[in-house]
Amino acid sequence: MPEQLYWEDIEVGMEITPLAKIATTQMLVKWAGASGDFNPLHYDSAYVASAGLGQVIVHGALKRQWLIQLMTDWIGEQGFLKKFSCQYGAMDYPRHMKSISEPQDGETWYCKGKLTKKYIEGGQHLVDCKIGLENGKGEITTSGRATVILPSRSV
Amino acid sequence: MISEAIKQLIGTSGAMKYYEVEKGAVRRFAEAVDDNNPLYMDEEYARKSKYASIIAPPGFFGWPLKQTRGGPLAVDIPPELEAAFEKAGYPLSLVLDGGMEYEFFLPVRAGDILSAVTTVRNLRERTGEGGSIIVSFLDTVYQNRAGETVAKQQLMFVRRSLNSPPQEAAHA
Repeated sequence: MPEQLYWEDIEVGMEITPLAKIATTQMLVKWAGASGDFNPLHYDSAYVASAGLGQVIVHGALKRQWLIQLMTDWIGEQGFLKKFSCQYGAMDYPRHMKSISEPQDGETWYCKGKLTKKYIEGGQHLVDCKIGLENGKGEITTSGRATVILPSRSV
Repeated sequence: MISEAIKQLIGTSGAMKYYEVEKGAVRRFAEAVDDNNPLYMDEEYARKSKYASIIAPPGFFGWPLKQTRGGPLAVDIPPELEAAFEKAGYPLSLVLDGGMEYEFFLPVRAGDILSAVTTVRNLRERTGEGGSIIVSFLDTVYQNRAGETVAKQQLMFVRRSLNSPPQEAAHA
C-alpha cells in the first residue's frame, strides 16, 4: 500500500494519480456475475443488434466502480469516501479477447480527478473532487463528483 | 403524459429487503473491478486494520437473502412500479442506467446483514420525435442490524417506450 495521504498534504487544483483500466468482454462477464446485472446488452452481440445498438456496451456500474476505486486508492486506508456521484454521458465498448486471458490491442481508459475544495466541517477534514472516466480518444464518458474525509496530522 | 397509474407511484416504497454481505461475494466483486485492495480479500491484513475485518468496497451492499424476482437487474425496482411500467409500454428490456449518487456513513463489513428500502422519489417523462422516455429516480436507504444507516443511494434509470429509437435513451 502507498503511504497514507493527509489533509495537510493536498491543495485545491491538485490532480489525483490517474487509474488506468481496460474493459474486456471477459471483464464484463465477470462484472455481470459479481454485480448481478445480467442485462444481455453487456455480453450478447445478437441481442445488442436486435436492440438497435452497435456493440456490446460496458456496464455503467462498472465504470462507477472504477471511479470509486480511483478515490479509495487515493485516500488510503485512513481516508473515508463520504459522497460519490456519477452520470453516464456516453457509451463505452470493451476490447475483445485475443486469447483465454489476453485482450486484443485497443483502448485504455483513465479514471481522473481534480481537487475542487478543501474544508473542515463538523470536525471532519474534507476534500471535494471532480472526477471522470476518459476513453481512448480522450473523451469523458462518465463524469462525477466525490467528497472524501482525510486524516489530519493535527488530530 | 405519464399515465396516472405510474404517477401515483411517486413517493411509494417497496418492501424491506435484506442483504447478506458474504466475504466470498466481496472478493469476487473486487476481482471483477480489478481492485486488489487487501481490505477486501486478505483476511489477516484486514483483521489488523482499523476495521478489524474484511470490508466491502463502497458501492457493494451484498446479495439479497431472499430473491423475490429473477429479473436481469441487481437493482430493486418496487414490483408495483415495474408492473405499471410494463403495462404502459416501457418494458424492462429497454432500461438504461443513467447515473447515481451515494452517501456513505459507515463501512460495510463482511458478515453484515443490511436492510434496504427503495422509494420512488420522482418520475419524469420526456417525449421526442420517435417516442418517449421515462426517467425514474429511486432512493434506497441501507441500514445495519443495529439500525444505523450505512449508506443512502439515489439511482436514475432511463426507460424508453417500445417505439422509441435507442439513441434517444442513450443521450437522456
